[in-house]
This record gives sequence, C-alpha cells and structure tokens, in this order.
Amino acid sequence: MTPVPDILRILPELILTLTGVAIMLIDASLPAGCPRRPLGWVAALGTVFALWSSVGQLALPQGTGFFSTVETSAFTVFFHVLICGIVLAALLLSLDTLPEDSHHQGEFYALVVFGAVGMCLLTGAVELLLVFIALEISSISTYILAGYRKQTGSGPEAAIKYFLLGSFATGFLLYGVAMAFGATGTTQIYEIARLAPSAQNHSFVLLAMALMLVGILFKVSAVPFHVWTPDVYEGAPSPVVALLSTAPKAAAFALLLRVVYEIFPTLHSLSAPLLWAVAVLSMTVGNLAALRQLNVKRMLAYSAIAHAGYLLAAFAGAGSSGIAAASFYAAAYAAMNVGIFAVVTLVSGYDEKLPLIADFRGLIYRSPLLGGLLIFFLVSLVGIPFTGGFFAKFYSFSAAVDGGAVWLAIIGLLNSGLAAAYYLRFAMAAAQRSADKFAPPPAPMPQVGVAVGAALLLAVAATLVLGIVPGEVLRAAEAGAHTLQAPVSHAGALPVPVDPRPIP
Amino acid sequence: MNEVNQSILTLILLVPLAGAVLVALVPDRVKLPNWIALLTALATFVLTLHLPAHFILGQGGFQFEIDRPWIASPAISYHVGVDGLSLWLVVLTGLLAPVGVVASWNAIREQRKIFFALFLLQQTAMFGVFLSLDLMLYYGFWELSLAPMAILIAMYGRKDGPKAAVKFFLFTFIPSAPLLVAILWLSARTGSFDFVTLQILIAHGSFPAGPLYWAALAFLLAFAVKVPVFPLHGWLADTFSEAPVALAMVVAGKLGLYSMLRFHIGLFPAQARAAAPYLIALAVVGILYGACLALVQRDFWRLLAFAALSHLSLIALGIYGFTFTGSAGAVYQILNHGLIDGALFVLLGVLYDRYATSKIGDYGGLAAKLPRTATLFVIATLAMIGLPILSGFVGEFLILSSTFTGVSRGWAIAASLGVILSAAYMLWLVQRLFYGPESSMSASIPGEDLHFREQAVLWPLAVLMLVMGLAPSLWLPAIESALHLPRWKESAVLPVSAFSTSSAREAQR
Repeated sequence: MTPVPDILRILPELILTLTGVAIMLIDASLPAGCPRRPLGWVAALGTVFALWSSVGQLALPQGTGFFSTVETSAFTVFFHVLICGIVLAALLLSLDTLPEDSHHQGEFYALVVFGAVGMCLLTGAVELLLVFIALEISSISTYILAGYRKQTGSGPEAAIKYFLLGSFATGFLLYGVAMAFGATGTTQIYEIARLAPSAQNHSFVLLAMALMLVGILFKVSAVPFHVWTPDVYEGAPSPVVALLSTAPKAAAFALLLRVVYEIFPTLHSLSAPLLWAVAVLSMTVGNLAALRQLNVKRMLAYSAIAHAGYLLAAFAGAGSSGIAAASFYAAAYAAMNVGIFAVVTLVSGYDEKLPLIADFRGLIYRSPLLGGLLIFFLVSLVGIPFTGGFFAKFYSFSAAVDGGAVWLAIIGLLNSGLAAAYYLRFAMAAAQRSADKFAPPPAPMPQVGVAVGAALLLAVAATLVLGIVPGEVLRAAEAGAHTLQAPVSHAGALPVPVDPRPIP
Repeated sequence: MNEVNQSILTLILLVPLAGAVLVALVPDRVKLPNWIALLTALATFVLTLHLPAHFILGQGGFQFEIDRPWIASPAISYHVGVDGLSLWLVVLTGLLAPVGVVASWNAIREQRKIFFALFLLQQTAMFGVFLSLDLMLYYGFWELSLAPMAILIAMYGRKDGPKAAVKFFLFTFIPSAPLLVAILWLSARTGSFDFVTLQILIAHGSFPAGPLYWAALAFLLAFAVKVPVFPLHGWLADTFSEAPVALAMVVAGKLGLYSMLRFHIGLFPAQARAAAPYLIALAVVGILYGACLALVQRDFWRLLAFAALSHLSLIALGIYGFTFTGSAGAVYQILNHGLIDGALFVLLGVLYDRYATSKIGDYGGLAAKLPRTATLFVIATLAMIGLPILSGFVGEFLILSSTFTGVSRGWAIAASLGVILSAAYMLWLVQRLFYGPESSMSASIPGEDLHFREQAVLWPLAVLMLVMGLAPSLWLPAIESALHLPRWKESAVLPVSAFSTSSAREAQR
C-alpha cells in the first residue's frame, strides 16, 4: 500500500483556506466603490470544491497524516460534507440578504470560510492541541461574525457575550487537555484512549473528561451552559445565526462523540448518566423557556437548546447506534434550521424590522411561498413524519431505548409535544389572517433571489430526503460510527514514541 | 389484472399526493385548483372501488399486499394491505373526498391552492393509516394526518381558528409520544415493526407481561384521544366549530376506532380484554354525556360535535364488548357514521354558507325556502337516529343487542337511553332549523337552495344510507371475514343471522 500524501488528508481545509485568503486579497485590492458581492460567489465556489474534495477523501484508506494529528475516515467525511453544506447554504443566504452598500462584505465571506476551516479541522483532528487550535479558528471567526451589525446595540453585545463566555469554555477544554496529558503523558487521542484505562492517576482522567465535557457542552449550548445562546442569536445577523446555530454545533458534537466514544469509551458508564441529566435539562429548560418568547430569534435559540437535548439523548445509546443517531440528528437539524433561518432572514430583513412572532401574522397570505416554507420547516422541527426532524428524533430516541434509557425517550417525546406548542404558535401566526384586512402589509415582501432560492431549495430537499429516504445518510453515519469505534492500529505509525510514564 | 392488484394500494396512496403537488404548481385561476382536486378525488375514489371488486371473500389474511423494505436499519418496510376491516373504510375515505371538495367549492375563497393541496395530502395520510401494516409506516401516516388538518383549521377557522388548531394538534400529538415509545420498545425487543410478525410474537408470549401492559395502554391512550372517548374529548367541539366542512367530517371517529380494532385489540387482545370493563363504562358515560350536552347546545356545530361524541362512544361500546356481532356492528357503524356525519356537515355547511351563522336560534321555517336541503337533512337525521330501513338502525341494533346478550343488560339499557336522546336532540334540531315560523333572519336573507353540485354529491349519499339500511349483507360478510378470530366471544348468537349471509353463521359455529 503506497502511503497517502499528507496533503490529501487536509485537502478540504486547504481549499477553504486558499479561498479565504484569495477573498481577502481580492477584497483589499478592489477599489472602494466596487461591489463586493461577487466575492460571495467565489466563497461559495470554494466551499463546493471543498465539499467535493471531502467526498473524494472517502477513496483514501482510513488513516492519519501529519504525524498522527489529522484523520480521514468515514466519520470525518460525514461531518466535512455536513459542515460544507451548511456553510454553502449560509453563504448563498448572505449573498442575497447582506446590504448592498456594506463595506465589509469581503471580510464577511472570508470569515465564514475561515470559520469553516476551523470547524472542518475540528472534526478531523486526532491530536488535542490541534483540536484546540481548530476550535479557536472556528470560534474567533464566529465571534466577529456575531457582532457584524455593529451599528445596533445588540450586535456588539452579542459578540462580547459570545466571546467572553466562549473563551471561558475554551479554557475549560484546555484544562481538560492538560489533565489528560498529566494522566497519560500524551495529547494524541488514540494514545490517550490506549493509556487512560491503565493510568495511575485515575482521578486526573476523570477530571480531564469532566472538564472537556463542560467545554464542549458550552459550545453546543446545552443546559446549564446555555445562557449565552438567546442573546447571541438575537443580536447576530440572521444569516450568521443560520450558520452559528448549526455548523459549529455539528463540529462540537463531532468532538463530543470523539471524547465520549473514542477517548474515554471505558468511562461511558460515568459519562452516560451525566449526559442523560444534561439532555433532560436541555430539552425541558429549552422548551419551557421557548414557550414564553415573543421574539422569533430568541424562540429559535431556546428551540436550539432543546434540540441539543434531543441530540444528547442519542449518547445514552451504546456504541455505533448512538454515534450514528447523533450524527444523523446533527444533519437533520442543520437542514431544517438553516431553512427556517433563511425564511426568517427574508421576512425580517437584515435590519430586522420585524423581529416578533406577531409580525409574521398573515405571512402565508402575503407570500404563499415563504409562508408555506416557514410552516414546512416548523412542521419538521416539531418532528412530523416524512420530514427530517422525525427520523432525527426517531433514531435518537431509539438509540436511547436500545441503550436502556426508556425514561429518557419518554421525557424526550413528551418534550417534543411541549415544543409543538410554540412551533405551532409560530406556524399559526403565519397562517392566520391579519386582523385588519385592509391594513397595509408591515413591510414589502422581499423577492426570493437566485442565491437564496438555491439555499432554500437545498434546505427543503435535504429535509425531505432525510425524512423520506434516510437510508443512505444513515448508512453514511453508521459507517462513520464504525470508524470512530474501531480506529485502525496507530501505535506503530507514531513517528515519535511517547513516554507512557505518568507525570509524578 | 394481477399487476393492478399488486400496485393498487400504492396508486391509492400516490394519486392524491400527485394531485397535491399538481395543485401546488398550477396558477390559482378560474378555479383550476378546485377542478384538479375534484378530478384527483374522483380518480382516487374509482381506484378504491377496485378493492371491493377484486376482494376475495373466503381468503384469510391481507389482500393486495405489498411488502418492500423501505429503510434497512431499523428494518422499516413499506408493508400495506387490506382486509375486511379496512376494505370499506378505504372506500369510505375515497367517497368522502369528492364530497369534501364539493363542500369547499365556494366556501374556500382565499389561497385555494394551499387548501386543496393540503386537503389532498390529508387524504394520502388517511389512506396510509388504513393501509399500513408496518407500525412505523402506520405511525408516520398517523402523525402526518395531523399537520394539514391543523394548518387548515388555523387558516380557515370561522372565528378563532389558530386556537382550535393548537388545541386539536396538542391533544392528539402529545398522546402519540407514548405510542411511539411503545412501538420502539416492541421493536427493540424483536427487531421488527411488522404488524403480522409482532401479532404472532405477542400471542406467543415473547414479551414480559408488565411492560406489555403499559405498551398496550400507550396504544389505547393515543387512539382514545383521537376517537374521542370520554373524558378525552376536549378538542372535539372547538375543532368541529372551526374546521372547514371538508375536514371536520373526517377528523373524528374512523381513524381512532379503526386503530383500536386493528392495533389495540389486534396486537394486545389480552390487555384489551382486561381494559374492556373500564372502556365499556367510559363509553356508556360518553354516550349519555354527549347526548345530554347535545340537547342544550345553541350552536349547530357544537351540537354535532357532542352528537358525534355520543355516537362514537356507542361504537367504542361495540368494539370493547368483545362479541362477534358487536364488533361487526361497530365496524358497520363506523362506515355509517362517516357517511351520515359527512352528509350532515355538508348540509350545515350549506346553511352556514347562505346565512353565515351557526346559531340555531337564528334559524326557523327554512323548509319552505330550501325544500331540498330540508328533505336531505331529514333523511340524514333519520338515518342517524336509527330509524329502521335506514343505515343507522343496523349498526346500532347489532351493537346494542350484542351488548344486551353478551356483555351486560344494565349497560345496554343505559346505552339505549342515549339512542332515545339522540332522537330528541336531532329531531329538535330539525324542527328548530326547518319548521315553525320563519325567523326574521331567514326572512331577510334570500337563501338559495342546493346547487347542482351539492345535490350531485348528497343524493348518492342519501341513497347509500337507504341501501346500507336495506341490504347490510352487501357489506357485512367482508367485515365479518376479518373478525374470524378466536379472540371474539362465541356467545352472542342471535343478531347477525337476522341480517347477514351464511358466512356469518359459519363464523358463529
């Protein structure tokens, strides 16, 4: 077997990086008055290439590159494709909704692409220091994007909140990495997995896992680490929230899967009850809080917290069924959430003149297309069959039932009944005739442009495919789960023998 | 013909769906959505008629069966089939679709595309519920039937649509959460969602009794809300008074009652038998409670809602009496109730369309102005209260007599009181709407009698009520063929033989 050139292992990241750099260079060299919108198309094109190249990585034999720091496997490809898909949809959405006269469009597209680099790298990294770097690349881009509407009060507030709490969480993760290094003397994930069960300082191992979990659960906005979510979603521009609520989360969940199933599989009996509690708390708190919201984006933020809970339910499942269910959920949630934020962005506009649920009243009469799509995505979020949301919940809860957590499934399904109440309230607002028939519409309905139309089509198609023929995606997720569970033997491939002595 | 038999059920499911997509794509001009919906509904109805024409009576099990893997893991298959239980329900659903389209012809004025597309989607969902033999597929259609219904109630509600829609949705969605958990549990232990497989496995005692009891209860709860069984009927009156006519006439009854027969009694006969005494008591309470409330309603939609509660409870009584005749009568009565309720809804919809009020007190003396409406309304009323030679009599008689002989005389007498009360509230309604002095409102508005379209759907329904009353033997043999199972008591002997053919008598032996 000929060795695979290392560069092929990071090809998608490489393409994205080059795209981002190219955008920044072109942006800087264009004269001031020149429209920056075409740069968005460049970014979209780069993302498509990255997506295509990550599919191509499936042909590579599973293994690691760059001194056992990055991995390509069915698992990483699944998440690469997912993240690139989300980023593509978010870019298309931004293309039609960012204000024309913005001077920072070029930077915006570059930041989105750089964020994608970090997220993709996060799912492929098998070396904790690289994990940390990837997380920082992704986080810093998203911190800036969150505060993009800096003329408003809530924009910078969102960015600062996100930045402070985010750095705090990254700190936790870093402490966890340090503890893991302390216990095993290495930061390479397979090595830790090999050495951790026999480590002398068992309490260090436990602490490492706990701290890493805290850091990651913050990133996925699970209760009790969720407080930043509503404020950030409210303050950040809607196209950014479409990205923020899905792609970094998918990457963080991939990391969580690695931590739970690959680094500390022997501690599953300890992590499972912990995640059980977090799952129940997330869905219950998220749903109860969402019931009271009047602002669309705040409501969707709490709904995101609840969905993190449903996804975490999959972690109660043992082994590959849990991993596959969680991966599938990440994909389905991304499809419908990007879709709903696309509709919200179009209706409220970039400046959010219509931020409240009540402002959506009669949408289906003003614009049957947008109203219909809004209701469709809400129906999927509720989890009605033949949409992606149904199979996502289905796989997640059946993984839980398989793992013996019947109560978790019951609580989760009752929660999804509760969630139906606020999704429905939103859908009903859109379906309801305005009180005064002759009142002028609150805002002119935006035209659905080519780019945003493509984004919506992508989201609708993904939601329907995941709901009607989920077989292929599930098979991909299961293949990924398999590679995560049974990594090929790496010990011999390590270039530097690691000293397994624990630090005294 | 064989190829048709092998794909007919898929066609029945796909044609309304294709119609829905087509309606969504064409422009909303010159009633184009209405015509496409009507043609689709008629085509589907013709397709459903293929089933009784080629149904082989003596053959046990499911016919026109299709069983293809759909999703590999977990093993969900596209398994559909028809037996005597679902055969006529599918035809009834097919029949009511064009009726619903005609009833909405002028009533729906805005966003016709959305209305008819969702209406046809709802048709697919209902067919799916009756045809599915895979529990996951069944659950999928069961849930899918909620969404179009809720959206249409919200969009076309008469006063406060969204509120009624949310109430309807949550009432029926939340109990399906335990249902899904129960289905998942059954499959987690066996690796199968297949109805037939699970039926055999449960019958052979492959499950522990304790959890199985809870699973059966979860199934029952979900179905009881949908029927509705007292005290879970909270959504019914609001839904009836808000929902567009075409949807109100299919929302209650048949889906839930069919599911009880197929999936509650069918999968968990022992547990269902244990629960039967409680359900019989609740059913009788429901019969009387619904009838009493129907007597005092001032709004005809609400009156119809409580009348439906009373009549549907009577059917539940027939189902959970666990007598052969009672069950056959119950299935017959589901068909019959669907038919009568459909006709009454269309007629009341006509009144609402002309006079824009559902307050009974505003009406009076309409018979002179709307003679055809009055005639048809009286026929449907008489069928509903169980006048002999009309269809209601057969079902009610089978249920009540089997309850009397096979279950308990006390309950049968109490239930019969409900039948008497139903005559009271229905005839009083007729009297207040159509007879007596002409009210000021009906004098001031020149109401038009039935249009050609409306007559074209209502007269066949009226004729069908008569035929179903005179010749129940056209329907009963197929129904009974599905009940040829040892789980029904053999004790109740008399009633079916009074109506039915030799096949029923064979079943008794």
